[in-house]
Amino acid sequence: MATQDNHQLEIYDSMVQIFRRGSGQTLLLLHGAGGSANLKKLAAKLAEDYDVLLPDHPGFGLSEQSKRLSSVSDLAFYYLDFIQELGLKDVHLVGLSMGGWIAAEMAIRSTAKVKSITLVSSAGIHVKGVPKGDLFLWSPEELVRNLYVNQDVVDDVLSQEPTSEELEFMVKNRVAAARYAWHPRFYNPDLEKWLHRIDIPTLIIWGDQDKIFPVEYASAFKNLIPHAQTQILKDCGHVPHMDQPEAFYHRLKSFLSETNS
Amino acid sequence: MKFYYFGLMPYGPLDLDYDKKYSSASLVLPNSYFNPKEGNKLYRRYLDELELADTLGYDGVCVNEHHQTAYGLMPSPGVIAGALARTTTQAKIAVLGRALPLVNNPLTIAEEYAMIDNISGGRLISGFVRGIGVEYHATGVNPAFSLERFHEAHDLIIEAWTKTGPFPFEGDHYHFEYVNTWPRPFQQPHPPVWIPSQGSEETIRWASEPTRKYVYLNTYSPFEAVSTFFQMYRDIAENEWNYEASGEQLGWAVPIYVGETDEIAHKEAKPHIEAFYNKFLRMTNQMLLPPGYTTLTSMKKIAEAKREMLSGGREMSRLMDNRMFICGSPNTVQEILGECHDQVGLEHIVCTLQFGTLPHELTVKNLELFSKEVMPQLR
Repeated sequence: MATQDNHQLEIYDSMVQIFRRGSGQTLLLLHGAGGSANLKKLAAKLAEDYDVLLPDHPGFGLSEQSKRLSSVSDLAFYYLDFIQELGLKDVHLVGLSMGGWIAAEMAIRSTAKVKSITLVSSAGIHVKGVPKGDLFLWSPEELVRNLYVNQDVVDDVLSQEPTSEELEFMVKNRVAAARYAWHPRFYNPDLEKWLHRIDIPTLIIWGDQDKIFPVEYASAFKNLIPHAQTQILKDCGHVPHMDQPEAFYHRLKSFLSETNS
Repeated sequence: MKFYYFGLMPYGPLDLDYDKKYSSASLVLPNSYFNPKEGNKLYRRYLDELELADTLGYDGVCVNEHHQTAYGLMPSPGVIAGALARTTTQAKIAVLGRALPLVNNPLTIAEEYAMIDNISGGRLISGFVRGIGVEYHATGVNPAFSLERFHEAHDLIIEAWTKTGPFPFEGDHYHFEYVNTWPRPFQQPHPPVWIPSQGSEETIRWASEPTRKYVYLNTYSPFEAVSTFFQMYRDIAENEWNYEASGEQLGWAVPIYVGETDEIAHKEAKPHIEAFYNKFLRMTNQMLLPPGYTTLTSMKKIAEAKREMLSGGREMSRLMDNRMFICGSPNTVQEILGECHDQVGLEHIVCTLQFGTLPHELTVKNLELFSKEVMPQLR
């Protein structure tokens, strides 16, 4: 699907779909296990000030599944090559949930082309004794009710009948998420050993009522990346850009601006 | 036709009202529902029933593997098969089967099967399965790699049985520097392989491949589906592999209950078969079909249908209509099975003669009536 904002790129052996809009500094927006669909609005808004790239991860949405990619560590190298391939530099990485995990894995490997990193409700580490939500076991309705705190969002999402294409993406995204993150469930035991290598401005944003990775995970990330700023959003679940879009956008925007000063 | 006795070894004393609080008798049902005193009685009882089947002349006795569930108490089927290897004398011992992808060292399965085969003097039938979806939740094994792991573990086990060791096995999921399995299986080159499955074209193509020609055992599907899958096996064998598949390559696992008359049979079986399908097997789609366990196409179909596959509410009469349950007088049961045989030419019937809450006395009656008044006419 190649339109003005939609691009396709072949990396290694497979095609990746990228939504790209705007100009200015580069912002690579990395989606979570649910796919890129609910990030389009945020991407469009950020594109007023940035050159925003929102790819579908390999195996998700319109991107093909590359056989050589089977872990988030693989995806980290993949996106470092992606940055290289597109000749990007001074990239702001913004990763949500599983996308945050990818961003963190990239940053411990190399920050040469990365200007800042924002981890939103990020996967990637495990905090012992803090039970996580199991999105693979919840019914579609339970998933919605557990993802969002804002009742208007819950009602809105539940009232929408997915089209055949959307349903196909939902299924495809679940399979891809399982491929990368089923076990260990949404984390890499080695990641926490190396988070100290992150030497660029870092923002951690979390909802105080996250039912997937409870807010204790924000503190755990902060302990592992001591120079990071932390922003905890009130009355907010796992998806801040849906539950608290304005507060979220404001915090993200001011962090990104600070990195230029 | 050949007849094999099978029961899942359900936890019969299960409080059937559990579903007021829990969505399934698997994975999420607390194990406080299991009373070890009942457990001891049950295992003894179920072993007695399997041994009785051997005495009554069944061609085989069957066990299988399930985890974290009230519907089947054999997480380690080798324990039961090992006991049967000593206490039975003539029946084949079919493990239907071990779930290959769920283990990180499939050589333990090659070893366990070889032991049973040696102890029983070559009576083992080795079943290989992928494990049902909910077991990927229970074990943490990634369902997205289930099929790859299944094929690789299978290759490893067959090589371990047939190649002289020590040799290395270099797979993507399993890699061993030393494969040198002791004991070797009693049956040479290796015990017969059965593939129990709900059915898929990929499975059938793989099982029917000429170097394998494995028995495809369809489990608990409506007969219409069974018949479609058997035809698919024959078609693939003929069109893709250029041989004629025999009925010896086809099996069907189905719950059966025989009573003195149709009326008695229906009355005695009803609560127990409905408990089996509606209570014991109950689970959510997310448990049954974790992502990657089936193809994208079938996952999408199920998402579109918005239907819970195993949510209960099945009535005995409907189960009988589509032959997910066969029930009646000896004459009725014999006629139905004869008809099924004539229609699809299958040779192996895995008779689930104990199901759900069916108590010992009725199980014994069922075993006896079936063996004395149904089996002989169909042999």
